[in-house]
Amino acid sequence: MTEPEIRQILLEEIGNVAPEIDLARLRSDRDLREELDIDSIGFLNLVIALGRRLGVEIAERDYPRLRTLESSLAFLAEITGPRARA
Amino acid sequence: MGVFRMPSLGADMEAGTLVEWLKQPGDTVRSGDIIAVIETQKGAIEVEVFESGTLERHLVEVGATVPVGTGLAVIRSDGTPAGAHNDLPPVAPVAVAPPSAPATPPPLERTALAGSFGPKASPAARRLAQERGIDLDTLTGSGPEGAIVFVDVEQAWLRRGASVVTGPAKSSGVDGMRAAIAAAMARAKREIPHYYLGHSVDVSDSLDWMGRWNDSHPPADRLVFSALLAKAVALALDGFAEFNGQYRDGQFHAAAQVHLGIAIALRGGGLVAPAIHDAARLSLPQLMTALRDLTNRVRAGRFRGSELADSTVTLTSLGERGVDWVQPVIYPPQVAIIGAGAIQRRPWLVGDSIVPREICQLTLAADHRVSDGHRGGLLLREIEARLQAPEAL
Amino acid sequence: MTTDQGGTVATVTYRDAVRMALQDALRRDPRVFLMGEDVGRYGGCYAVSKGLLDEFGPERIRDTPLSEGGFVGAGIGAALGGMRPIVEVMTVNFSMLCLDQILNTAATLRHMSGGQFSVPLVIRMATGAGRQLAAQHSHSLENWYAHIPGIRVLAPATVEDARGMLWSGLVDPDPVIIFENVMLYNMSGELAEDAGGVAIDRAALRRRGRDLSLITYGGSLWKTLGAARQLAGEGIEADVIDLRSLRPLDDATIMESVARTRRAVIVDESWRSGSLAAEITARIVEQCFWSLDAPVARVCTAEVPIPYPKHLEDAALPQPAAIVAAARAVMGR
Repeated sequence: MTEPEIRQILLEEIGNVAPEIDLARLRSDRDLREELDIDSIGFLNLVIALGRRLGVEIAERDYPRLRTLESSLAFLAEITGPRARA
Repeated sequence: MGVFRMPSLGADMEAGTLVEWLKQPGDTVRSGDIIAVIETQKGAIEVEVFESGTLERHLVEVGATVPVGTGLAVIRSDGTPAGAHNDLPPVAPVAVAPPSAPATPPPLERTALAGSFGPKASPAARRLAQERGIDLDTLTGSGPEGAIVFVDVEQAWLRRGASVVTGPAKSSGVDGMRAAIAAAMARAKREIPHYYLGHSVDVSDSLDWMGRWNDSHPPADRLVFSALLAKAVALALDGFAEFNGQYRDGQFHAAAQVHLGIAIALRGGGLVAPAIHDAARLSLPQLMTALRDLTNRVRAGRFRGSELADSTVTLTSLGERGVDWVQPVIYPPQVAIIGAGAIQRRPWLVGDSIVPREICQLTLAADHRVSDGHRGGLLLREIEARLQAPEAL
Repeated sequence: MTTDQGGTVATVTYRDAVRMALQDALRRDPRVFLMGEDVGRYGGCYAVSKGLLDEFGPERIRDTPLSEGGFVGAGIGAALGGMRPIVEVMTVNFSMLCLDQILNTAATLRHMSGGQFSVPLVIRMATGAGRQLAAQHSHSLENWYAHIPGIRVLAPATVEDARGMLWSGLVDPDPVIIFENVMLYNMSGELAEDAGGVAIDRAALRRRGRDLSLITYGGSLWKTLGAARQLAGEGIEADVIDLRSLRPLDDATIMESVARTRRAVIVDESWRSGSLAAEITARIVEQCFWSLDAPVARVCTAEVPIPYPKHLEDAALPQPAAIVAAARAVMGR
């Protein structure tokens, strides 16, 4: 899966948990949960949805890597990458 | 044979708007089925039918706003012949009188008709009263011929202590919800003598236990702390009947089960506190599923009437990114609300050593007409004990 | 005196304003001519066209026989032939004689010719009571014409509208009837010297209040404004709407006001039954029902032929006292 594809999926799922957020104004280096104003259930919904869309399981100990939009992209590319090359 | 009526979805509800029929004439319905969607000040609510049979016909069109108690549909019980619905006012059967007897007009019908119009009130007053949930029978009119007019309803609304709504009145959406919250919270602060208690609870063990659970489960089966908290509260209330129930008609009615109201903030403003029914009986995974389902449905604007009306106690949790503690306001007619602040990592004395621990500040607001502070303190201690034995949740 | 825009204004009578409008139209467009009973040598029954015969000559200021059916028909023919006639009918009572021409010919030709012919005719009529002209010269039958699709009906109540509506009516490709209330001719008002055509589609809010909407037109506007001033002294603030156009009616302005005030009183010098006041009441109930705080009230002329004696004539017509009483009633006072 390419990075633009991952980015697209991430933004779509962010749009689902925080539908009124203007994605264009999202600051990519800020705490994502602050930016989106989502609680633990909203975040869990995001993790579940991303796992389903990307075909991976995100462990709870990896949650810190989903802190910002930037770090999330890097992390998701990393865990989907090897399979994409396979 | 039965009539499905506009339900009361909360103490302040006077009327609702039928948004959607989910069952059509001819459909079979079972008690508990969701039959319609009703728009109230609290949002769109799915309502259940409590009768089994066949939906014979709708009495109200989609889009109509009708008072609580108005017949919405006729449900024919299993085994009742079709068309046997003569308890309905619009189709009064005409008795064939013998020719010798003069036809006597049925006086009751006339009375019922006059009564159904209620007091003399202008269309503007009626519309506003319906929007704001004001009972016209309680007002004195200042208009032509003593009619109740717009300003009379507006004054009553202001007297009731609700917030002043400026600009054109809106009937639904956030403004409607704001009006509902205003009415409920003003009533709480006016009628309920609150007392408040607070307690700092070390929830490190709960979090550790939850972390281990989550490590071994896929995301869809993982827990959040609110679920542990909800379960702990529901279990703790078992021995504290005076905190679980409703205060109606001047006395407290204890509830047999814990219908735990969960305060859920809506994206874009406002909040509602629908219930998880019989929360103490649910396993932790079941409770978690219920919590997620409820949160998602509330945020999508759909929850059931019974979830809104029959909470017996409420839990409000500020979440991980919130502040330290909350002094909550009881949601009438309930008599208690439990608050949880954001969990903070704090230096803590364990034995003689200072160690970092995860601390959550629990608070309780309760109704002094029903309970006293000593028992409230015991309740918070009991919740603490439950949280510190997470494996038993 | 100057206007806000820096132009000069003059105080003129309504009669002067109508004459200025006629002069302006006659000067601007050679196709325009004026025709009617006594409009030439006599200078008009109400002295509106005084002096025009000298300026424009007998070809363009034409005295007619006492034959409304004939000269209104001639006006329709002239309009069909490319002219822009202004036909004066002495009073609306006499217009019954040419109702056939107006209803069956002028108002229908565009429709019956499939859009091939239009009738750019302006008919001016005097209307209203108050001058002791008795039961054959005093009625307000504007609603008869406002009932007819295919024509536009205007009722200028101010000098500005008296000056401006004629030209706007001439520009309209279809028949336009302009009603001039006889009690307004001597009324004075300020008029910009460069005043010209005015928009004729919208009603005008002549006074702004919060408690009720007084809806009126023509000669009743000034009685209504007087009543509104008296009501203000009692703490009742009224919107006063001058309809200006009786067909089509400007529903938007009416409904905006009534939705805001929740109460309406309609002042209409015609008889109550089947009146414009009745039509406006129906529209308010259709469009504003859920905003109403009181039944819509009407102040109309008593349903009698207009009496000759002064005191009876006054008693038959809508007067400020009756408007004030109706307003108090809808306020519940």
